[in-house]
Amino acid sequence: MTASLLDIADLRVSFRTSRGISEAVRGVGFTMGREKLGIVGESGSGKSLTGRSILRLLPPGATLRASRLVFDDIDLLAASAATMRKLRGRRLAMVMQDPKFSLNPVMTVGHQIAEAYLAHQRASASEAREKALAMLEAVRIRDPHRVYDLYPHEVSGGMGQRAMIAMMLAPDPDLLIADEPTSALDVTVQMQVLAILDDLVSERGMGLIFISHDLRLVASFCDRVLVMYGGRVVETIDARRLAEARHPYTRGLLACLPTLEGGEGELATLQRDPAWLAAP
Amino acid sequence: MSEATASREWRAWLTAEAPSSRLHARFVRGYATALIFLRNPLALTGLALVVTLLAVAAAAPLLATGDPVAQDLSRRLKPPSAAFWFGTDELGRDIYTRILYGARITLGIVSLVVVIVAPIGLLVGCIAGYLGGVADGILMRVTDVFLAFPRLILALAFVAALGPGIENAVIAISLTAWPPYARIARAETIVLRDSDFISAARLLGASPGRIVLLHVMPLCLSSVIVRVTLDMAGIILTAAGLGFLGLGAQPPSPEWGAMISAGRKFILDQWWVAAFPGLAICLVSLGFNLLGDGLRDVLDPKQR
Amino acid sequence: MIDVAALTVDFGETRAVDGVSFRVAEGEAFGIVGESGSGKSTVLRALSGLNRHWSGRMAVDGEPQSQHRTRAFHRHLQMVFQDPYASLHPRHTVDRALAEPLRIHGIGEREPRIIRALHEVGLGPEHRFRYPHQLSGGQRQRVAIARALILEPRVLLLDEPSSSLDVSVQAEILNLLQRLRRELGLTYLLVSHNLAVVAHLCSRVAVMNLGRFVEELDVATLRARRTQHPYTAQLLRASEGYDRAAAAALVSFD
Repeated sequence: MTASLLDIADLRVSFRTSRGISEAVRGVGFTMGREKLGIVGESGSGKSLTGRSILRLLPPGATLRASRLVFDDIDLLAASAATMRKLRGRRLAMVMQDPKFSLNPVMTVGHQIAEAYLAHQRASASEAREKALAMLEAVRIRDPHRVYDLYPHEVSGGMGQRAMIAMMLAPDPDLLIADEPTSALDVTVQMQVLAILDDLVSERGMGLIFISHDLRLVASFCDRVLVMYGGRVVETIDARRLAEARHPYTRGLLACLPTLEGGEGELATLQRDPAWLAAP
Repeated sequence: MSEATASREWRAWLTAEAPSSRLHARFVRGYATALIFLRNPLALTGLALVVTLLAVAAAAPLLATGDPVAQDLSRRLKPPSAAFWFGTDELGRDIYTRILYGARITLGIVSLVVVIVAPIGLLVGCIAGYLGGVADGILMRVTDVFLAFPRLILALAFVAALGPGIENAVIAISLTAWPPYARIARAETIVLRDSDFISAARLLGASPGRIVLLHVMPLCLSSVIVRVTLDMAGIILTAAGLGFLGLGAQPPSPEWGAMISAGRKFILDQWWVAAFPGLAICLVSLGFNLLGDGLRDVLDPKQR
Repeated sequence: MIDVAALTVDFGETRAVDGVSFRVAEGEAFGIVGESGSGKSTVLRALSGLNRHWSGRMAVDGEPQSQHRTRAFHRHLQMVFQDPYASLHPRHTVDRALAEPLRIHGIGEREPRIIRALHEVGLGPEHRFRYPHQLSGGQRQRVAIARALILEPRVLLLDEPSSSLDVSVQAEILNLLQRLRRELGLTYLLVSHNLAVVAHLCSRVAVMNLGRFVEELDVATLRARRTQHPYTAQLLRASEGYDRAAAAALVSFD
């Protein structure tokens, strides 16, 4: 593991609701280098908010606190809005779940990628176009010139997601946060997109945070896995050693998944222990 | 039982997580909606204005300082004073009293129009949206015909044909006011009809009529309510316009539009004859607009 | 119980289902597995009567079906939809949602039936007068299942019943469905993109791609990975988690 790229300690995100303050993320902390880190949890576990906190892209009404939020020696907590804007896209990138909703529907795919590039580099329009075409090739789109001129609704889910990745990687960031990037895709397309991410991450020496609800998938793709429950990290484990997981929630999650090998007997169900919500 | 305990019990009942009956469930939902509404100051202002209109109309005889139709030419065109709070008009009638009674007429016209227009528009729109095809085409073309006419002109035409008077004014306004609701209801229905819960209802064996009436229409209701409230201002103005042209309420009826029309001649020297009815129309329209905005914030985003 | 032959469904110019045939015996659980766009949900919609533009032959419990379904048919065959957030009317309480089918078919004794239906799916009286937005995803799906079962059908069509749910809730719903089938002797037709779910609930599986069944096999064969069609093998491989080599070996079957 290389020197630390991201250092987070005691991250807390809370919302003001009609019933008082609700804490969605309660003291999450981890460090990561240029590796593939997976964050796994069910809905409401706070995993997406954790990812967004790094970019400081939280919904209005959310309060972010942490004792440490450092990206490559830059203190993200103290950073001004202008600094964050410069970091976002250029060094910190994010890919979201459904390209239908994250791509601008009235701009062609290629144009969006070119725009993403121009936002952080001084370049001419033709240079940006060349870069966009190069990125489309990097994500293994077979006919980049044709796809450049297509609108998001004209491309399939898998292609849209690859275009999204191309767009986010055009400025060559150091850290990519992927929030359920393949959940809306078919299983075979999922594999293709993950392969592309895998290659790009290793080629460019990027760090990748892969947020998902699919524990098995994350464990097969990432180097390390963080399991989140109720706003906290309940377990950190090496992906290859998933079977040795110790926390009852992780073990419960693994046990209740239907597998091809499993018989027709009843699936184990997760017995939630309120103790898991308490501080470690 | 102390007051504090009683109100706490009420509060607990109204915010219950597990309601005990259908009625209870409805109250819980209504309370939650009301709470959101009450947090919006503009909406509250609108509500206050509308409630004032209702109260004034109901209590007109109690609040009035005289007889709305009693003429006294010796005191015509007197400016606002202690005796006549809004002054007198060209026939010596107390303007304040006339405005109070005029609230009844305005409220009456508006209520009648809404009661006619909203159900018809809803029904036409929902049926057209749900059935689609030929039925949709026919109903929408009919709607388009009525939508194409400027409201006041068409109302004028009808009143000219049927004769002046409040009832005919109401009919005339209603005939022109229903198309937008049909449009809104149809647009909502088209989005809703592909929902899984509508498919589930079809699978249960529900007839199209049952689905439109019990499943689709309640969901279109909030948009229509919002639109109705926002339209009130327009309806009031149209009624006033008809009154202004002498085609609505007939003299000596204290209809606000007719009062403005009568006050036109004196507007430079005796401004109060036209100004106060005009102000009343303004305030009431504003109240309905604010209320409509507040209702839209409450009814639209949450229930989807 | 279900007998489908040469089912073809067109959406305008596109052929969503292309000559699909299969049989499901009474009390059996049959699964259709495929990716998006394979046409599997369309098969369910045609079978249930939601989609009327199909051609071919269809029979349920020996009765041949035409494009129009009778009211009695709906007492025989019901469906559970994928998204529990969308399959319940947002303004109807659970009680109303369960009472509706009883009202439509003029069935009396509503009160005991509703209570029994709730109990069957593991819900209690405290859920009865809630609105959908006050229920969790798993609870909503239970209500949807209760609604489907309250008319006491013989056949249940399941369109990705657990895909929109959290993993831990998925297991509960799958267990519930399994128990109900055994206890009530139901026939299931399950559609899913998840091979593991289909293998868990069903005894036979059809693999669908581009509107056609590419392979039909029983689950034991699937588990032993003795598949015949390369598409099935690829689907199996892709379901086992990420593997760089496997990803490189993927072939397009368009």
